[in-house]
Amino acid sequence: MCLGIPGEVVEIHPEHADLAKVNVSGVKRLINIGLLADDPPKPGEWVLIHVGFALSKIDEAEAAAAMEFLEGIGQAYEDEIAALRESLIE
Amino acid sequence: MRFVDEFRDADKAHALAAKIAALCEPGRQYKLMEVCGGHTHTIYKHGLEDYLPESITLVHGPGCPVCVIPMGRVDDAMHLAAQPDVIMTSFGDMMRVPGSHGSFFDAKAQGTDIRMVYSPLDSLKIARQNPDRRVVFMAIGFETTAPSTAMTMLRAKAEGLANFSVFCNHITIIPAIKAILDSPDLRLDGFIGPGHVSTVIGCRPYEFIARDYGKPVVVAGFEPLDILQSIYMLMLQLSQGRSEVENQYSRVVPWDGNLVALKAIGETMELRPYFEWRGLGFISHSALKVREKFAAMDAELLFDVPGVRVADPKACQCGEVLKGVLKPWECKVFGTACTPETPIGTCMVSPEGACAAYYNYGRMHRDRVAEAAPAGRP
Repeated sequence: MCLGIPGEVVEIHPEHADLAKVNVSGVKRLINIGLLADDPPKPGEWVLIHVGFALSKIDEAEAAAAMEFLEGIGQAYEDEIAALRESLIE
Repeated sequence: MRFVDEFRDADKAHALAAKIAALCEPGRQYKLMEVCGGHTHTIYKHGLEDYLPESITLVHGPGCPVCVIPMGRVDDAMHLAAQPDVIMTSFGDMMRVPGSHGSFFDAKAQGTDIRMVYSPLDSLKIARQNPDRRVVFMAIGFETTAPSTAMTMLRAKAEGLANFSVFCNHITIIPAIKAILDSPDLRLDGFIGPGHVSTVIGCRPYEFIARDYGKPVVVAGFEPLDILQSIYMLMLQLSQGRSEVENQYSRVVPWDGNLVALKAIGETMELRPYFEWRGLGFISHSALKVREKFAAMDAELLFDVPGVRVADPKACQCGEVLKGVLKPWECKVFGTACTPETPIGTCMVSPEGACAAYYNYGRMHRDRVAEAAPAGRP
């Protein structure tokens, strides 16, 4: 829950501008980008995701470091990715 | 992983360690608190304490929301979940936290409808799909997760969803830091400020620590070099007699935070007069409740919540660990009666809890160091 997961924005939802499809370690899911309304991310940019919401934009180096940190956490990260996989955001 | 190497370079770590050691005043002891559980995790995982001179002690703070939730609130949540028409939804982290009659997982196994969700928005979908049930979201976390709950409430209101409510347990980090600063048990020299919370609240809320208490604060990233760099920045301030707020993690944390997030929290929630924290007791203005304007989504008003204060199990010393008075391994039940598989206290539940982090990494690391150099620092 506290873990910020890095994801790459794939596309912005055509009907809901506050939703975006992101790629997190190969898992593609919709997340909410409404908290970045002041500077919305574009496809190809990276965001740090907390419980389904992008909280900040990050660069690719930061994304790689954050991912490595998470993978090092082990089970909790796997649980988080499993939970993201099950996520129903629409 | 060339990107990651930038943050992990052992030569850089040793160079920083030497610079930190050079700033230590002979004979002076330094206590620095890392507020955030994510930092605690990095410190144990990479054995960062071994890079530091013996005169610097890292004290683990209360920045793990699962760890500080009092038992009475867990019992209240169980009571809500047990109502016949309720579907309780919760983050996975919360599922194993013990109440006085077991955890969410235990209740689920006995047939209570408790569903694990990744996001509060998932709860919203469950509410839409189950119009004849009342869906309660167990909202926990610091300012990192509060904006998500707030945005979800705003969305539920916009949709006119009548069967969604929030059991609000959101807490705020600043009053907890103030409580620690005012605690007579502990004298700290500086703070490694939380990274992700600060993406929301920014760096300004820490200014009182520097101004009124004369202690430096450095907001830090989560990589080992981030933390060593932050310790160096704190030590530099201390050696120069300065106390300021500095941002080591500016690549992610904006100085003013996330204004959209702060606005959403302010619109849907307000400060409670006081709230109980495990180990720290009641702290005034340290938690959020649902605003009256959103009363139709406030589970505490919709349901008859017992609200009984429950003391922690006698053997549990999470309180002392959360205040930094005890190190995890100094707790009486650490690693024996209390393990990540069968936690007695909350600090052993979350991977960011000091006890779980130490159990998983620190313990083995210490054993290895002790074997390699029996006379060296443990």
